[in-house]
Amino acid sequence: MTASRHRQRRGRRPPPPRSRPQRRRVGLLQGLRGWFEQHRETAHDTLAGLLARPLATGMTVAAIAIALALPAALYLLLTNLEQIGGEWERSAAVSLFLAPEVDEARAAEIAARLRQRADISTVELISRDQGLAEFRAYSGLGGALDQLGGNPLPVVLALYPSAQAQSPAALARLVAALEALPEGDFARLDAQWAQRFRAIVQLLRQAALLLGAMLSLAVLLVIGNTIRLEIENRRTEITIMDLVGATGAFVRRPFLYSGAWYGLLGGVLAWLLVALAGWLLQAPAARLAQLYQSELRIQGLDLQASALLLGGSALLGIVGSWIAVGRHLSQVEPS
Amino acid sequence: MIQFDHVTKRYPERGDALKDLSLRLTAGEMAFLTGHSGAGKSTLLKLIGLIERPTRGQVLVNGRNLGSLPRRLIPYHRREIGMIFQDHRLLPDRTVFDNVALPLVAAGMPRRDIARRVRAALDQVGLLRLERARPLALSSGEQQRVGIARAVVGRPPIILADEPTGNLDPDLSREIFTLFERFHEVGVSLLIATHNLELVEEMSYRTLRLHAGRLVADSGGW
Ligand SMILES: Nc1ncnc2c1ncn2[C@@H]1O[C@H](COP(=O)(O)OP(=O)(O)OP(=O)(O)O)[C@@H](O)[C@H]1O
Ligand SMILES: [Mg+2]
Repeated sequence: MTASRHRQRRGRRPPPPRSRPQRRRVGLLQGLRGWFEQHRETAHDTLAGLLARPLATGMTVAAIAIALALPAALYLLLTNLEQIGGEWERSAAVSLFLAPEVDEARAAEIAARLRQRADISTVELISRDQGLAEFRAYSGLGGALDQLGGNPLPVVLALYPSAQAQSPAALARLVAALEALPEGDFARLDAQWAQRFRAIVQLLRQAALLLGAMLSLAVLLVIGNTIRLEIENRRTEITIMDLVGATGAFVRRPFLYSGAWYGLLGGVLAWLLVALAGWLLQAPAARLAQLYQSELRIQGLDLQASALLLGGSALLGIVGSWIAVGRHLSQVEPS
Repeated sequence: MIQFDHVTKRYPERGDALKDLSLRLTAGEMAFLTGHSGAGKSTLLKLIGLIERPTRGQVLVNGRNLGSLPRRLIPYHRREIGMIFQDHRLLPDRTVFDNVALPLVAAGMPRRDIARRVRAALDQVGLLRLERARPLALSSGEQQRVGIARAVVGRPPIILADEPTGNLDPDLSREIFTLFERFHEVGVSLLIATHNLELVEEMSYRTLRLHAGRLVADSGGW
């Protein structure tokens, strides 16, 4: 508002360059070094200032950390669930049980025919003997089979749908087509519940994104409010800085650094909270995995997610304080 | 150096603090500003430091029209002016040293260069031994001198002093005025608002007298 007013005024009547106050002239290198030094000092001083008030800082940081830890933990949960789901899906297939009279040579012909279909990527033939061996191994009913004499099992074709035929509707069409084959007895969709599982995980992922966005907004508000209070507390100082010739950027800088520190410290604490939760859940998860004969191990936040958490939290801090500074600092400058 | 052309400053709630005031101070000049309480002395100094803007008229400093100075250049303008405030304007929770260092810190001077300048300024006002003290632990006169040290530490070409000896005993007041004289001798322009008529007469510099916002007497100038 005021900026545009000044711009207008300058547009009409530009002051001759000589009549402007001189900025101090320094070499580029020296200027850059001074700039870095100032930023390092501000970063250091603001952090020291925050740590000098451990209670107040701790409460703000804890609030930020909890708000950030929730979506991070949910993200982690989903990553782990997806890992399980992926395992299931890889084993997911349509089993086509052929009629008892179909022998292996005929079954191989049918398999070759089915491979031509666009909605099928691979077809595996499970012979009667193979089926019997598997049944013996997993059912524990081998003795009963021996008494039966001979092999009662049909030939089975394990079909893996192609990538474009993964949707529930396409799979249902595939099952119907298979059951319509004269040689087919019945088809069973192993993938169905893995599909449902994936859909649920996807829904949760959307919810996590929404939650993350809302809680990020909460972090923005927490930091913005904290910085606003800091500005109120230091109003005299800011006014005096103004009077002795501090630029707006110079006055703003410590508040922006404070905000960045709040965000970063909150991010670090959130990371620790999530790591702690993962560590606490490691043993129960291992027990659960054992029950399901799975290799499941809880995965922690990977490097990318960690970087996103820490970088994002620092950025939220800067943005939050930027907003507070923009709204509340401009009122202090005398004119 | 400093020029007022038909300047009026009106505070909405109090009426005109300055009325159609014109004056000119040349570079390197030292002048006193006198007048009753409420005459407009502080207001006049604030207009020069761009703490207030005139309602009408123009203020020029160094040939630069303050009315058309872009906002972002105001800090650089203020760095050329050392201001001594009637109410000191010190930071109570900072040491004397830090208070005096403020203009240099604000100007982005490297820390190692600051200490030397600050000690030199404190030495000039005789407060070197108090650099670690906090303003509230100082007498009013000592606080005033901290304010003076802060105004001169950046070696500005213009010094504006608002009642710099208000709380000082006659000896200290004379000492401070002598200090101002030394700045004057090295080419600094000074405008000093004061009630200390005794010293003003003794020192025989140009004196501007305000009455109810108007310039009613000017002992020198153009
Ligand atoms: N910020 C302000 N808002 C409203 N009125 C003001 C403001 N500042 C000064 N005034 C009024 O302007 C007039 C001149 O004030 P100013 O402070 O310039 O006087 P002064 O000559 O410095 O007085 P003193 O010797 O007491 O310091 C006074 O009537 C004062 O009440
Ligand atoms: Mg006054």
